[in-house]
Parts: sequence; C-alpha cells; structure tokens
Amino acid sequence: MIRSAWNLLALAGTQLVRHRMRTLLTLSGVVTGMFLFATVETLQTSLSRATKVEAGDTTLVVYRENRFCPATSRLPEHYVDEIKQVEGVAEVIPIQIVVNNCGASLDVVAFRGVPPETLKRFAPSIELLSGSIDEWKQRSDAALLGKNLAKRRGLQVGDKFDAAGVTVHVAGIIQSDGPQDENVAYVHLPFLQQASRVGLGVVTQFNVKVASAEELDSVAEAIDTRFATDSHPTDTRPEKAFFAQTATELVELIGFTRWLGLAAVIAVMGLVANTILLTVRARVSDHAVMMTLGYPDSAIGWLVLAEGLLLGLAGGALGVGVAVGFLQWQSITVGNEGLTLAFLPDAQVLWRGMGVALILGLAAGLYPAWVASRQSIVKSLRDNG
Amino acid sequence: MSTPFIECRKLTKRYRKGPNVVTPLEALDLEVATAEFLALMGPSGSGKTTLLNLLAGVDSPSDGQLLIHGTDLSHLSRSELTRWRAENVGYIFQLYHLMPVLTAFENVELPLLLRPLSRKERHARVESVLNLVGLGDRMDHRPNELSGGQEQRVAIARALVADPPLLVADEPTGDLDRESATAILDLLHRLSREHGKTIVMVTHDPRAAAVADRQLHLEKGRLVKGEEVPTT
Repeated sequence: MIRSAWNLLALAGTQLVRHRMRTLLTLSGVVTGMFLFATVETLQTSLSRATKVEAGDTTLVVYRENRFCPATSRLPEHYVDEIKQVEGVAEVIPIQIVVNNCGASLDVVAFRGVPPETLKRFAPSIELLSGSIDEWKQRSDAALLGKNLAKRRGLQVGDKFDAAGVTVHVAGIIQSDGPQDENVAYVHLPFLQQASRVGLGVVTQFNVKVASAEELDSVAEAIDTRFATDSHPTDTRPEKAFFAQTATELVELIGFTRWLGLAAVIAVMGLVANTILLTVRARVSDHAVMMTLGYPDSAIGWLVLAEGLLLGLAGGALGVGVAVGFLQWQSITVGNEGLTLAFLPDAQVLWRGMGVALILGLAAGLYPAWVASRQSIVKSLRDNG
Repeated sequence: MSTPFIECRKLTKRYRKGPNVVTPLEALDLEVATAEFLALMGPSGSGKTTLLNLLAGVDSPSDGQLLIHGTDLSHLSRSELTRWRAENVGYIFQLYHLMPVLTAFENVELPLLLRPLSRKERHARVESVLNLVGLGDRMDHRPNELSGGQEQRVAIARALVADPPLLVADEPTGDLDRESATAILDLLHRLSREHGKTIVMVTHDPRAAAVADRQLHLEKGRLVKGEEVPTT
C-alpha cells in the first residue's frame, strides 16, 4: 500500500517534470502567492513577538503620561533614585531616545542614550561584530550601531553619521537576539541629552527590571502612584504592552495585512485547482487506460491529488524560501513613535508556510481527484479515441 | 472437452441513449478455449467492441452469464472488476494509448506500480517483456520517437507485463502499415502458441483474422450462424 502510494507519487512527479512549461507557469503563481503569504506571516509573527506580554517578561517602561513620541516624553532623570526605592524593583536605567521621524517609517533612526556603564545590563544579548566597546566607552560622541541600521545606511566603523541633528562617530557594529537592538544607535546618555538640546537631567523613559515577573503589575502601579501628583506624572507598562499601545497605528496597519495573506492563499488554491482540473480533462483517456490496466478509483484519485500536493509543496518551499531570504537580506524595519519593529522570519513562519502549502495543494486537488476517479472507462475511451 | 476459458451464456448488453434503449449485444452464447486465438469480425455497430469490453471486465453485462477462468464477471462490483482486470487481462488498443510523457520502459512499467514488487523485480520484468516484443533497444524512447508498429509493440508489452492469461485486442493493426501489421499479428500468434495466452481480437481485416485460430462474425449483436471457422 505504502509502496504503491510512493510509486504513484513518483509518477506524478515525473508527469510534472515532463510537462515543464505548464508546471513552471503554475509554480511561478504558487511561488508568488506563497511569498506574499510568508511575508505577511512574518509581519504578523514579528508584531506578535514585539507586543505579546509573556509570562517570563520582567521589564517595565516608565513613560510620561499621555505622551506617545520620544520628542514629547520628558521625565526628570532624578526619578531613578525614587523608582529604585519601589519594592520589587531590581534595576532602573534612564534612557534618552531621539528619532529622526516619529511617524511610521521604513527608515527610522533611533538613538538610545544610556549611561555607558549600564549598556551590558540594559541589552545583555548584544554582541560586537566589529569595532571596540572600549573606544565607545571612552569617546563621548561614540555610537554602537545595530547591524541592520549600519547595513541600511552603508556605515562602517570609523565613519561619521548624522541623523535627527545628532552627529556621532561609529565605534562599533553590534548584533543581538533582540531585533530592536539591531536597528538603533547606542550612545552615551549625557552626550545625547546635550546633542538633542533637551538638556542634562532630562530623559525620555526609564527601563525598569522587576525582581520577578509576578510583580510586574504591582510595581507598575506603585511607580505611577508615586508620581501621580508630581508635575511629571508617569505611565508604566510592560515593555511589550508599551509597544502595542504606543505603536497603535503600526499594529492596525500590520493587522490589516492578514487579509492580504488570506487573499494570497485563496489565489494559490484557485490556481492549483484550475491547473489540476485542466490536466484531468486533458488526461481523460490516460486515466481510462490506467483503469483498464487495473488501477482502482482510489489510485487514480491519489495520482491527481499527488500532483496538487507536489505543486503546493514545491511552490510553497520556493515561495517561503524566497521570502525568508528576501526579508533576511533586506533587513526591513518599520519604526513608529520611536519604536522599531524588525521583520525577521523565524522557523514558525517556515513551517506554517509549508503546512499551508501542503493543505492548499491537497485541497486544490480534491475535486479534480474526485472527478478523475469517477469516470467511466467505456465512455472515456469512446469519447476520447 | 475441458472447461472453456471463456463461457458466455445469453450474454446481453443494453444501455439507454436518449429516449431509446440500445442493445448492442443480445443473448450471445460463446465459448473460447484456453490459449485459443479468436478473431471477432463484423461491421461497425455489430457489437464487437461491446463484447470485447465485457470480456475485458471494463463493462458489465445487463443480462446473462459471463464466466472467465472460473470467475462469474456478471456479479462483480466496480472495485472487484478492477482487481480482476489487474490480475487477468491485458488490453491492447487500436491507437496504442501510450502516455506521451513516459518512455517505453515507463509505459510498460505502469501496470506493476501497484504491485508488491521491488524496483529491481519491476525492472527485470519490464526489460524481459520489452525484449520479448523486440524493443530491448528502445526502452528510453518516448512514444513520439517510435513508429506506429513500435508503439503497438510497447502497448502489447504493457498488456503482457503483469502476465495475464487473457489478452484482448481492439483492432490492433487497424492503424498500421502492412509490414508492421504482419509483425504484430505474428507476435500475437506467438504469444498464444508459445506462452499459452488466450487472445480475443476484434478486426475488420480478413487477413488479420486469418492469423487467428478461429473467426467469428457478429451482426446486430448476435453471432452469425455458419460463419464459424473451426480451429486449425
């Protein structure tokens, strides 16, 4: 049984290979559709990764209440000491953020000013690709650039770099497990405060590490309560929830692309189904001959289904592969309100794409397979010579 | 006399065509011996191909009994008939009906793909049967690279490869030139004589029919009396 199914799968593959032009034309459509699907899936999963709070998350962001852009969120740096006193707080890092564009953009440059000695604690997963951390620590206008930003702007160690009115010296290129780190420039906090003219002692936000994930909500509430009557009230949220609320427009925009993905999937299914149905009609006498040779209805059905399956799988693998390669190569990042979202495909996108392609191929072949397996031998041979 | 290989008793086929009922075959009685080579002749519409389809198990009789090699085909379901065909019949078509994208080897291999045979066993069988029909040197050719006679020999190899005891041929030389037709008829004769195959062949050509052991004439769905030629 398994041997027969395998033999028929191989026969279906032979037919596809030998009908080269038809197969290539169909595949090009499937590849395009699956490319679109995988790209949309990457947008969705990247957004989900950036906005869904997980059980182990321990980072809070303290922002100025009712402010949504780094340019307008201004908090006194001395809040650091008061936040440190809140029960459950493990660490507080003051951060100044300067962006070249607060709206949604594909080329956002975000400077993050952090106290130099806290960099490793703030972004523990960063890894130096080129340049020197020591040089960065010693030179006040030095910047560590995420590799995507460096690639997008064509920057190397030693270059001068200017954006949003801030000029920096590239001291190193970094990569990180956190996609956001690969799209920012880390600079010294005092330098950025002065270069951006907000002045010393003013920061955009505080990143707060909480001792345990269970205390996230209670610590956030305690911080906001502490500053509620102050001249600079705060709004404290988990880092990912902060992203979800702040970049609402981006979230809505990317949410809409789900429909594009669905349309791509339906288009692929229609294309494969149409190709297989035309093939079945062209092969009426071939199938009748095979039935005469002793092929049961189920074998004819499987042969047709197998063609759909192979077209779906091959097109899916190519489409998803091209999408993954394209997104890796392009390092596409969207920024909004100073936050950046990197669209990086992961294994989940790969497997989901292949799964969808497999199901589509099978679903597209179902009706043609049923038609092929129900034909009458005598009528088919009489009507088709 | 030993049990006949094929036994038809009042075999009838009727089907509906618009408002009319057509009866291409009516109450036909026929016996064919094992390893006999029978030629069926008759004008168009006489029921030859209908009878051939019934004998091959690709169609079912409306009435009567059809026993082949001890199996009553008249009571088999569609799936049972399929299984029976795979084991017992090789069908040779007038227009060969080879799959154009497959090589001669792959066309002949088709009936074996559903059998529990290893790749090596399948290949040995296909090579052996292609050598038998004289096409050992054309295995990798596609149908469009073969002559009509060679295509028909590939079709015969395909009908033979599962080693069925019964071969049915629907005007196997109808599309061939004289020389190729003679070669095909010699081959069929050899298969009957040397390999013990029972062969039923439909033909319009008296010279082709003359190669068979016996010729029967059909007219309006019935055997014409007095036309039967005894086995030589």
